[in-house]
Amino acid sequence: MTQDDLTIADPKMKAHGVNVFYGEKQAIKDVSIDVGTDLVTAFIGPSGCGKSTFLRSLNRMNDTVASARVTGQIELDGDDIYAPSMDVVQLRARVGMVFQKPNPFPKSIYDNVGYGPRIHGLAPSKADLDVIVERALVRAGLWDEVKDRLGESGTALSGGQQQRLCIARAIAVDPEVILMDEPCSALDPIATAKIEELIHELRGKYAIVIVTHNMQQAARVSQRTAFFHLGTLVEYGKTTDIFTNPKQERTKDYITGRYG
Amino acid sequence: MAVVNDHTVKAFDEDLNRLRGLISEMGGRAEQALLQAMTALSKGDLDLAAQVVRDDKKIDALESEVEQLTVQTIALRAPMADDLREMIAALKIVSVVERIGDYAKNIAKRVALMDQTRSIEAIPVLMSMSSIVAELVHDALDSFAARDAELAVRVTVRDKNVDDFYNSIFRTLVTFMMENPKYITESAHLLFVAKNLERMGDHATNIAEMVYYVVTGDHMEERERGEQPEDGAAEQEQG
Repeated sequence: MTQDDLTIADPKMKAHGVNVFYGEKQAIKDVSIDVGTDLVTAFIGPSGCGKSTFLRSLNRMNDTVASARVTGQIELDGDDIYAPSMDVVQLRARVGMVFQKPNPFPKSIYDNVGYGPRIHGLAPSKADLDVIVERALVRAGLWDEVKDRLGESGTALSGGQQQRLCIARAIAVDPEVILMDEPCSALDPIATAKIEELIHELRGKYAIVIVTHNMQQAARVSQRTAFFHLGTLVEYGKTTDIFTNPKQERTKDYITGRYG
Repeated sequence: MAVVNDHTVKAFDEDLNRLRGLISEMGGRAEQALLQAMTALSKGDLDLAAQVVRDDKKIDALESEVEQLTVQTIALRAPMADDLREMIAALKIVSVVERIGDYAKNIAKRVALMDQTRSIEAIPVLMSMSSIVAELVHDALDSFAARDAELAVRVTVRDKNVDDFYNSIFRTLVTFMMENPKYITESAHLLFVAKNLERMGDHATNIAEMVYYVVTGDHMEERERGEQPEDGAAEQEQG
């Protein structure tokens, strides 16, 4: 599974021997994977395979589930993110997340993006905040569509715009990693294409990990693909290899539609 | 290797089966065209030769049917991994089989031009060569139907025999022409027949290489193939 040309030169995040339990039930079994800034990593697999659980362990989102327990090592720039000294709020600013359903705050477009930088103390003045909000919205490809109505509610935007607003919100706090949990599953094809284009634009600036049920999407947006099944990482490889010539029978059965 | 055929979407399996059926039929027709063309040649049967020329249209029609079905399947089913490789191989294989049909037609067209030459000694050798070529074409298409990479490798190795036949027939015919200058035209036609047969062997090899790719996902190693044929042009330079 690990070949030399699969090694990520300067991994942003390193997961080693990770197990995740929900109570007695083990949802993730001994998963090791590196995530880099220059490559988009896609997690694919059938429902319940653990890909979202593993994604959520990368910024300790699983802490919010009382019965969840994580063992093994997950590092961000070499620091153990489960160490007692790790500030979880700070961690989640560095490792941002975009969810399946767009979930803007019931506030103005401006405040949706400005809230994070303000509470993290990134914007000493209103002028600074204006710059941060504009830059985040530009990067998220939403600026031209909303620049004249920043005071309107974020929830009044279309679904695709709301999702890009959520991406802008994640970007605004200047994260290093962006985790996306099926970011396009509630969007139409045009909005989906815009998000995919955005992922392409953001590659290299942030380490991006995307969970998707749409294999065509994984093939389009990622350079590395990880196939999960029953809580294990079955196969990890270059996206082109996974989709043209997977090495594992289970991967092949899944991506060719023979699974089940 | 068994042909796995159990997609969740059953209509996909039906498309794949239809595709395989069409390719099988096309291969069968090309093989038959080759055997009939050679029979027509050896017996001087003009009716049979004309039939080979007519039947070639059916091979061409099958090619375009496979192309349409393949494009449609790629567009609608977005095949991945071995399914995707099969689509690509199908497109390449049918264009090769169509070429084999064309060569058979080409041989059939020469029958009318060679009425005087039944006695040329090269003809029985050409018949032996053609039965080997027909076997190769047959086995190459069998290896596709059965997803048999080993059989595919054997086809490429056996193509060496066809090349040996060609080189031997080339020498025989050149000698024959020197000794019987009045049969130069007919001998030249037979030389083209031999070259056509040699090319068909190469095309069987091409099919086998595509089968290997479908089954394994890798391209056939150079060392696993038969040696390159000694070209007639090179032969001429030496002689």
